[in-house]
Amino acid sequence: MNEQNALTFNNLTLGYQSHPAVHHLSGKIKKGSLTAIVGANGSGKSTLLRGIMGINKPMSGSFEIDSDQTLAYLPQRAQVDQSFPASVLELVALGLWSKRGLLGRFTKEDMQTLYQAIQAVGLEGFEKRNISTLSGGQLQRALFARVIVQDANLILLDEPFSAIDTKTVSDLLSLIANWHKQGRTIIIVAHDIQLIKAHFPETLLLARDAIAWGKTKEVLTPKNLSLAQNFDENWDENAPWCETDIQKGQVS
Amino acid sequence: MNEIYSFFIAPFAEVPFMQRALLSAVLLSFSAAPVGVFLMLRRMSLTGDAMSHAILPGAAVGFFLFGLQIIPMTIGGLIAGILVALAAGAVSRLTTQKEDASLAAFYLISIALGVLIISMRGADDELLHILFGSVEDLTNDTLILIIIVATLTITSLAVLWRGLVAECLDPLFFRSISSLSPLVHFIFLTLVVLNLVGGFPALGSLLSVGLMILPATAARFWVTSIFKMSVLAVSFAALSSIVGLLASYHSTAPAGPAVILSLGGVYIVSLFFGKSGILQNRSTGHHHRAG
Repeated sequence: MNEQNALTFNNLTLGYQSHPAVHHLSGKIKKGSLTAIVGANGSGKSTLLRGIMGINKPMSGSFEIDSDQTLAYLPQRAQVDQSFPASVLELVALGLWSKRGLLGRFTKEDMQTLYQAIQAVGLEGFEKRNISTLSGGQLQRALFARVIVQDANLILLDEPFSAIDTKTVSDLLSLIANWHKQGRTIIIVAHDIQLIKAHFPETLLLARDAIAWGKTKEVLTPKNLSLAQNFDENWDENAPWCETDIQKGQVS
Repeated sequence: MNEIYSFFIAPFAEVPFMQRALLSAVLLSFSAAPVGVFLMLRRMSLTGDAMSHAILPGAAVGFFLFGLQIIPMTIGGLIAGILVALAAGAVSRLTTQKEDASLAAFYLISIALGVLIISMRGADDELLHILFGSVEDLTNDTLILIIIVATLTITSLAVLWRGLVAECLDPLFFRSISSLSPLVHFIFLTLVVLNLVGGFPALGSLLSVGLMILPATAARFWVTSIFKMSVLAVSFAALSSIVGLLASYHSTAPAGPAVILSLGGVYIVSLFFGKSGILQNRSTGHHHRAG
């Protein structure tokens, strides 16, 4: 693998019950790049992130993560059980798992890291607050604090701006810009085309297949966006087997 | 003073089966109540109920082969419970059916099979005995079984605590940072089965889940941290067990239902008077703070 690339997709297909959600994706994510993944609902954006994190296994093809990469993942906010009786501190502390695992005790430095991360996202004073009392924006800030604590060089963010007020979006964008300046690689699933054009230099436009991938201005053209919008998110239960796979002898 | 002694202390000080019942109940409270807190927080309270039915055919096979003997019935129950938990988990992973639906299917099959096997050998009173338990018949073997269950549970909870919290709080994130997620889930389900089996001789297969779920649901009305919730649930379970055992001893009521009804009382009181109970929510209904 070229050392310039954090991540390489080799004809990767991910999906559910023999139906592809990401279809024959090939390409590279450069180290230090800031890439937006754009597409309609059901176009495979979240599945791709889950695939990279190892939660969904490839149906065919593969991907490689460069050996020096450490990963941080921000799932969609709705995945967090906000009724669970946990404090902001406990939620953010999950980010220390790679250092402390199941049984390691948190050190003074760990606690300092947690408090600093919570302060960095503007939630100082909220450390002991129960997460059930947080607004959507505050919860998203806490989840960003967890990403800070993970201190990874490849960061995957799944729809961090959905249903968030403009002040929070702008604060979170500066955190992302800061990570980018530090040379971290960031992949972010987002919907707001103007925001993506303004802040993210690279874009992958997905509609199960990759419609376009490259410089944001060249990818997000009216023609490409129209192609992506016309994507039909429904599965066809009787869809024929993929011809590419048949040629390779993967389907009999 | 003498009356207080003879009512509250004497049964436990002087009657051997009540001593065994007390020790069993307190040990089980320490182990089953925190398991119940996690079951409730994972929205699996009814899963616990289904699992309690799932152990029945295993216990029934033990009964069929060896009669009313605790060790074979316990081992049978344990095997049946774990098999059903595994089968329900496998069906949810291999098909589109959710775990609650497959669990319901398996526990219905289990309970019918269990009752059928028991009726092939036993009389009606033996069926009642298995379904509702009997503290009078608690033997030293049972006590040893409960000590093992409690030790295993408390140790596992202490070791897995962080993983269990992560699995409940943000399961997708947990799967992204650790491969332990399925293992934590499986060990947790095993703990549920172990505690149901532990409560089985005294409370029976229908009510043993009560010692798990009722203290947890009652504690939820009072505190908001998971550790405090577990401590409070243990206290509720232990105190209600003592009250239930005494009520049963001084009357003709069977002990299992008496213990569970005491816990039911704690639940109802908490529901109304707890910090997040009905009355507290109503009393602040027309007032609000400035910020």
